[in-house]
Amino acid sequence: MTKKQLVKDPLNLIITGVGGQGNVMISLIIGNAFVREGYFVTLGETYGASQRGGPVMSHMRISKETQYSPFIPDGCADIILGMEPVETLRMLGRYGNPNVITIINPRPIYSIDVIGGQAEYPDLHKLVESVKELSAKTWIINATEEAQKMGSHMFANAILIGALVGSGVLPLDKKSVEPVLREIFPKEITANLAAFNKGIKLVRS
Amino acid sequence: MANIDIDAPGTSQLLIGNEAIARGALEAGIGFAAAYPGTPSSEILGSLAQVAKEMGIYAEWSVNEKVAMEAAAGASFAGIRALASMKQNGINVVSDFLANLVMSGIGKGGLVLVSCDDPSAISSSNEQDTRPIAKWLDIPLVEPGDFQETKDMTRWLFDLAEELGTLCMLRSVTRIAHARGNVRLGELPKKQLKAYFDQIHDLKSVMPTTFMPIPSPLRHFFLHMKMDKAREKFEGSAFNRYVGPNKADLLIITCGSCWLYSQDAVKALKLEDRVGILKLGTLWPLPEKFIGEHLDKSEKLLFVEEIDPFLERSVMEMVANLPPSSPRPIFYGKRSGHVNAYGELNPDLVIKAISTILGLAYQPRDIEYRKKAEAVAKSNVPERSMTFCAGCPHRATFWAIKNALKLDGRGGVVTGDIGCYSMALGPAGFFQVRTMHCMGAGAGVANGLGKLGQFGFDQPVLAVVGDSTFYHATIPALINGIYNQSDFILVILDNSATAMTGFQPHPGTGMTAMGEPTKVVSMEALCCSLGAHVEVCDPFDLKGTIATLLEMIAEGGGAKVAIMRRRCELVRAKKEKPPYRVHVDPEKCIGEACGCDRLCTRVFLCPGLIWDKKANRSKIDEVTCTGCGLCVDVCPQGAIIKEAV
Repeated sequence: MTKKQLVKDPLNLIITGVGGQGNVMISLIIGNAFVREGYFVTLGETYGASQRGGPVMSHMRISKETQYSPFIPDGCADIILGMEPVETLRMLGRYGNPNVITIINPRPIYSIDVIGGQAEYPDLHKLVESVKELSAKTWIINATEEAQKMGSHMFANAILIGALVGSGVLPLDKKSVEPVLREIFPKEITANLAAFNKGIKLVRS
Repeated sequence: MANIDIDAPGTSQLLIGNEAIARGALEAGIGFAAAYPGTPSSEILGSLAQVAKEMGIYAEWSVNEKVAMEAAAGASFAGIRALASMKQNGINVVSDFLANLVMSGIGKGGLVLVSCDDPSAISSSNEQDTRPIAKWLDIPLVEPGDFQETKDMTRWLFDLAEELGTLCMLRSVTRIAHARGNVRLGELPKKQLKAYFDQIHDLKSVMPTTFMPIPSPLRHFFLHMKMDKAREKFEGSAFNRYVGPNKADLLIITCGSCWLYSQDAVKALKLEDRVGILKLGTLWPLPEKFIGEHLDKSEKLLFVEEIDPFLERSVMEMVANLPPSSPRPIFYGKRSGHVNAYGELNPDLVIKAISTILGLAYQPRDIEYRKKAEAVAKSNVPERSMTFCAGCPHRATFWAIKNALKLDGRGGVVTGDIGCYSMALGPAGFFQVRTMHCMGAGAGVANGLGKLGQFGFDQPVLAVVGDSTFYHATIPALINGIYNQSDFILVILDNSATAMTGFQPHPGTGMTAMGEPTKVVSMEALCCSLGAHVEVCDPFDLKGTIATLLEMIAEGGGAKVAIMRRRCELVRAKKEKPPYRVHVDPEKCIGEACGCDRLCTRVFLCPGLIWDKKANRSKIDEVTCTGCGLCVDVCPQGAIIKEAV
């Protein structure tokens, strides 16, 4: 069997969510898996807001040819992994296009603007519909809910990594991601591997 | 993730620019590294400290950038290759030493200064370009254009510093320092380092070795000779290169992360045959011959660089000195308005500049889709302001300050400083802080406010400062307040870490950068020894803290110190389980009917306590809540319940 190729070079992947959710961790795992497969990877991260409840995003540019800049140009995302629904829509507004694929965890995280009453959190059903409408394909993965069933919301990240890998949108398979997962989560590896496999199962069901 | 000491030459690793710098320093055989944490520079020393023991080197978090640079110079004087790293503001702190160091020259060990600038001030108080200091003080300056080059340049810079006998500087920006990319590793040196301050520098000389800036005019003359030599080296450097056609419609001159943006932009516009890019890696002294050889590529020059028009102005000066017969290019850049003279750049901004100059249209996505996506996002995406983390002790401290000043009633003024608590300028800290400048400035400004009594000023003055900032730059201001009897309270927010930049240890933590236990420099003992009245509070004891602040405000009589001591929640959460399980009793919470006007959610603003609009009740978000239990004391109805876990 020939190895899977990039459908586009560079492939532009956005991972988005709220500070503290583990955005950087996910991008590190995916990015390292690609580098080990011989790709050039450039990874740009929002920071500063990263642990303080602000919106966060990682831009990943994957190429066989060269080192791209850490910014995906406006309108040029190929895949968006959304750890939070509103943040997914924020990214679609700026980086979306008719071909973009989204994987979304529909669990909201309220901002202090929403908590304080200065802003309104949109109706969740409508929000998810908007994400679907603006995407060529959308997978909805109840990662937080499934993680809580497994004992902690912290496992949501491994579930989402599983969903991203299991969806087949990246030329990465389980075998290339698992060793990186083992290195990053040496303590909770059994539970995180279970969550990773759960994500693969969810995206394929 | 990345082990910067991995002994696997030839393999590619995904490193952030800061790790690439650290790796380059290791490959260069560095023996000594010192820094003060500051985004986006912190991981340089952080990653060196992690491997220092195994690599047989020394790494420290210094009390501030000036001491870091001076300590690194000390190592250089004794023949050890040394590095000092800092963010842009650190360059201001260290500039007095630098101005003298360039005159004295360095020792036998190569000495490198790394400055990480933060365009757009994403995690900074100000936006500042540090490249001009190289021109101002005569320091050879380089800037890497990708991650591989970051590692290779750092390694090479130590050789250059030794060859020239002068400090060399590497400037990096956020999108190199904090972005990740491929880095192919080189060999790690195996040799044993030996430090020795060579008393007789030159056997022919009877003078002992000295490092000093005098006699200054003579030293200045020598420094210019070193800079001439640096220019010669730079002319042939492989870090400078041209890509593009022999004759171009536009020549981009660029450096740093803008090299990546420029390449992206040219590719996106498919202009590889029409636009050339002259990428500079060695910036000062300007490699004028090399640049001159490419100036005839196009009559139009576009300068793409972050923050100041450093290259733009330098090339203008260079062109002004060309013979009258030379072609006069048209300059596009910050001066012409084609490139922003503020904020960070990105591929889109470069695309815009090129398109404007060449009169091209650029449409990356279907226009109907774009209109729809932007409209849907605009009407459905609420703001997400930054705030203190759930469980953060600073929220408690500012709640206490707000209440104490309200009870005092004279319109107390809070001066602020640099750290997470800078967010108290906004809703996170109830808009309590009114000034914010540089490290230590809050206490300095308070010194002035606290001496205005003779002009009828009777507002209480509080200066808030973090624990690490206290050691860094606040102690002289406190001494001044005690000596000159300025009436203010220095409120030290002691959360036992340099939290904003990644929880680095500091002199009050009893731990070194390399993880060794050490003496605790006690802030209360220090302040007491200066003669200050010192109180220590747990900010989670809201009532007690408010009472203490009120007593200290009423006391008057020179500078006083209130220490708010509670661990950073993120540090606690790494080690321990949450102390409480917290929930809102929906029977007791009466929502909008309560006279509190939603104090818990509208004002207190902890992201772990949300407002359930449908139920007209507040509610704990179990994913975000850290179980600190502070909100229990804020609710006037007693509707928030905590149970020990």
